[in-house]
Amino acid sequence: MEETMDSYDIVIIGGGPAGLAAAVSAKEKGCNSIMILERDRELGGILNQCIHNGFGLHTFKEELTGPEYAAKFINKIKELNIEYKLNTMVIDLNKNKQITAMNKTEGLFTLQAKTIILAMGCRERSRGALNLPGYRPAGIYSAGTAQHFVNIEGLMPGKEIVILGSGDIGLIMARRMTLEGAVVKVVAEIMPYSGGLKRNIVQCLDDYGIPLKLSHTIIDIDGRDRIKGVTLAKVDEHLKPVPGTQEYISCDTLLLSVGLIPENELSNNMGIQIEPITSGPVVNERLETNLAGVFACGNVLHVHDLVDYVSEEASLAGRNAAKYIEELSEMHVNKVEANPIELIATSGVRYTVPKYIDPSRMDEIQTVRFRVGAVYKDCYIGVYYDDKNVMKRKRKVMAPGEMEEIKIKKQDLLNYPALKNITIRIER
Amino acid sequence: METRDLICIGCPLGCMLHVEIEKGEVTKTTGNTCIRGEQYAKLEVTNPTRIITTTVLVLNGDIPVVSVKTSEDVPKDKIKECMKALKGIAVTAPVHIGDIILENIAGTNVNVIATKAVNSTLIHCDNG
Repeated sequence: MEETMDSYDIVIIGGGPAGLAAAVSAKEKGCNSIMILERDRELGGILNQCIHNGFGLHTFKEELTGPEYAAKFINKIKELNIEYKLNTMVIDLNKNKQITAMNKTEGLFTLQAKTIILAMGCRERSRGALNLPGYRPAGIYSAGTAQHFVNIEGLMPGKEIVILGSGDIGLIMARRMTLEGAVVKVVAEIMPYSGGLKRNIVQCLDDYGIPLKLSHTIIDIDGRDRIKGVTLAKVDEHLKPVPGTQEYISCDTLLLSVGLIPENELSNNMGIQIEPITSGPVVNERLETNLAGVFACGNVLHVHDLVDYVSEEASLAGRNAAKYIEELSEMHVNKVEANPIELIATSGVRYTVPKYIDPSRMDEIQTVRFRVGAVYKDCYIGVYYDDKNVMKRKRKVMAPGEMEEIKIKKQDLLNYPALKNITIRIER
Repeated sequence: METRDLICIGCPLGCMLHVEIEKGEVTKTTGNTCIRGEQYAKLEVTNPTRIITTTVLVLNGDIPVVSVKTSEDVPKDKIKECMKALKGIAVTAPVHIGDIILENIAGTNVNVIATKAVNSTLIHCDNG
């Protein structure tokens, strides 16, 4: 007898902050057939290992640690009786919204979904991607892996640490390792500015006297079986090592905090259009990808700095997935506009999420999130409807490590019926 | 009069604060976007404090360590002593968020509390 596959209105890939917020929002919008698929042994995603505080100031008006923030959403999931599977790895997603997954109890199985919400998060850039010369000694970890060792498994990766990359994960781990008794010798950053939050420079480096060397990188790794040291060098404005500036620093551990990449292997297999600048799906005002009924949110869409914005974004995706189901059942799918407004990121703005807006399908207020490509001081965010300047917002400082946002009103767009492009740029 | 520039760590904004100090007291703070920045500036100049977040060993739990935090700020210069006080202690599962792991750490009158739930791996038998 042929087995029929289980089907759900909404299947959410990933039970981290994005997946959780999307599920809660979809349920509150009225959808009762939701399944979250999570590969880890618990819900909460990366928040489980982010034991430091700084989460939730916008969402809950209090500063929480990662696990506490996750717990708020996990409790809501349980309260709302939303189904989820743990220790379950999604292997494949196809155009027909069939999900192939596996776990120890059920083996390999397939689910049928009416909509899919992509919430897979991101992973860290590795040493291989950096072309760091040397053998392959033990003791080289991505900062997130080290964080997992310390905060989840209770293990110390090493005692004398060098950190490459001054993004938040590197800064947070500089403090964490120091608190656990290691000596963090230096944090080296190839750019002339840090990629992390200013508060983290203070509370993770300054507080512990850990030197930050900007415009520096690692040009060699010493050690065969276990890392023994690294060679640092200053870099010029083209990020090329300056001869004669080499400095050898002994260590037994190297942590790499050199970038996060959205995990879109599954999205690629589905034929989802990916934006090269973000490495995440191209989405419209509903956070819907080019595949109708497939939505994306959180770090898989674009890497975020604040979990509060992840939750906000994911709530929008969840609500829209539930709306899509409603429209399906009402036999009237609000037809996707053939020529939606395209958002153009230029002159200092690297990308926008969303990339397309259809005014007839948007919320009253649409949040557009973006990142700048360099540090800008005393500049303006300029917003143009085709050639007309409609917004000029002064900003004291903007940096690549701090996501920005502007809000666009539906009422305004309806006043421009022939509008083709909205351009966002940085101006002096 | 002395002046100092500091970055507020009260929230992820990281406002650049400009502080005027007279006789060891903060007389004026500018650059803050909210009242917490003003409070932070006053404290940071006279008696800097921090929240400590770390992990503590768990016995009989479904995970080996549990994340904890000081329930309030503690003096910055007590951080090392606090970390020492937490070394070598273990908490027995089950643990609930908010459970007190250690009272009055290093004489600060601040408690260390759990920030994560841990289930016990022991099987309990109910008699009767």
